[in-house]
Amino acid sequence: MARQAHGFSYVANVIEVRDLVKRYRKAEKNAVDGVSFEVRSGEFFALLGPNGAGKTTTISILTTTLTPTSGSVLIDGRDAVADAAGVRRQVGIIFQKPSLDMNLSGEENVRFHAMLYGLYPYRPFFRLMPRHYREQVRELAGVLGLEKEIFKPVKTLSGGMKRKLEIIRGLMHRPRVLFLDEPTAGLDAASRRNLWNYLREVREKYETTIFLTTHYLEEAEEADRICILDQGKVVSLGTPAEIKADLVEEYLILDSEDRPALRSELQSLQLGFTEQGQFQVQLNGHSAQEVIRSLDTPLTVLKTHSPSLEDAYLKIVGTAME
Amino acid sequence: MTDLSAILTIASRDLLKLLRDRTRLVFTLVFPFIFIVLMGGTLQGNLGRAAGFNFIGFIFTGVLGMTLFQSAAQGLISLIEDRETDFSQEMFVSPISRYSIVFGKILGETMVSFIQAIPTIALALALGVPLSPLQVLLLVPASLGACLLGGAFGVTVMSLLQNQRAAQQIFPFLIFPQFFLAGIFNPIKVLPWYLLPLSLMSPLRYAVDLLRGVAYTGRPEYDKVVLFNPLTNLVVMAAMFGAFLLVGTMMFVRQETNR
Repeated sequence: MARQAHGFSYVANVIEVRDLVKRYRKAEKNAVDGVSFEVRSGEFFALLGPNGAGKTTTISILTTTLTPTSGSVLIDGRDAVADAAGVRRQVGIIFQKPSLDMNLSGEENVRFHAMLYGLYPYRPFFRLMPRHYREQVRELAGVLGLEKEIFKPVKTLSGGMKRKLEIIRGLMHRPRVLFLDEPTAGLDAASRRNLWNYLREVREKYETTIFLTTHYLEEAEEADRICILDQGKVVSLGTPAEIKADLVEEYLILDSEDRPALRSELQSLQLGFTEQGQFQVQLNGHSAQEVIRSLDTPLTVLKTHSPSLEDAYLKIVGTAME
Repeated sequence: MTDLSAILTIASRDLLKLLRDRTRLVFTLVFPFIFIVLMGGTLQGNLGRAAGFNFIGFIFTGVLGMTLFQSAAQGLISLIEDRETDFSQEMFVSPISRYSIVFGKILGETMVSFIQAIPTIALALALGVPLSPLQVLLLVPASLGACLLGGAFGVTVMSLLQNQRAAQQIFPFLIFPQFFLAGIFNPIKVLPWYLLPLSLMSPLRYAVDLLRGVAYTGRPEYDKVVLFNPLTNLVVMAAMFGAFLLVGTMMFVRQETNR
């Protein structure tokens, strides 16, 4: 998994998922149904999909809390089933539901985490912990803007602060991948934006791969690559721009006073089109300009139609809900 | 080494949670008071003379065993709920083994329930239950035995029940009959034939009888109260502890990821 090899740098895959299938006991269909994808080191990867698409099941298998029915998962080259403990050491997880002890302080939650990962020996007080630990906690608290709050009881913190605290905790053991399972659920718009900025900062500073599940498209749009999951299958995979090209149909809307002439011209150009009063012409990879240049019939209507990624996504989600 | 530290961490977290939770602490103190003073007092006043032994001492040992056993068992069962709600989610994705989680949890819940033994014993002394310093000292390991057995019992119950709702519904059926079969409040020196095997199957019976064996040593009513030799109780408890722990942990670990 060398990053530098043969004099040029390439990015290795930190996650490799092959033909992943999960069928829960007594379930009639697969929750995850033949999913394959890979995530490059340092990437911000978003698993997007409506509720019930299989996102949490996938993330649970990737983080070793669930065994797959078939298929393989490699995290940093380690098998998620055969070397679960090895994988756990490489990943940090922010759960969908808060996973903090409310009666303890933020720092105590972080400390317990550090001890579970064998980073430091057990000490009952912050002051007795090794200096390196105290520095690390202060640094991370600084990055996430929780310098004072981290020593307060968790129950006095706001929802956004709790999330940030969980991120601090998840980063203590310097994981290669930070998994976030719908981290902004239950947060208001401001905290959500805030969290996003911090995540970006964390990623730049610690070169952590971020793997996120969400059902909000606008969150996924910030990712380097998106994998859209629906009913346990991958519907689309690529950069937001690629996804857009893949899912979104662009077409021209044309009309002319001489419709028969326009019709025959379009037919001779072998462009796919439909007539709904006006002509909807599929671009099929051609640019709008190219198409128009090759038309001689005078046009009365000329419009390009390019639906947003959101339209495309809603179409997927919409069919899933039906 | 990592796992030892992790076991200590998990255990100390339970202890810290108890100490930070004032409502729970107060309840811990009030609970034995209700049973020993209110129940023991009334029984002693009305039946003590006829029974030929002190009911306050009898209820004290019974409540002590029951509290420790039940609290430890419930603590372990809470692991099912915790798995989905709080910090315990963290434990299940950390690199430590499932066995360490169970051991840490048993150790932690043992400490937590053992703390409840202190006010109970103090209350008994204040109420004049005759206990020598040596007996008080011996009650410590006997109490720990009750906690550990309860913890191991809890692991098995937890591994059998899939979710928190099932646990909440079924656990009372597993613990409540034991209150009577183990003779917490009621003497079970004489039992009808159909209840004897049930009573002998109750782990709580041995934990309570061991405590009574310690508390009634050298007392004239020893034979009226104590059922088995403390050594017999110890051996049975050790065997049950081992069996529950082994079966429960194995089933729990296997189920954990294989949903």
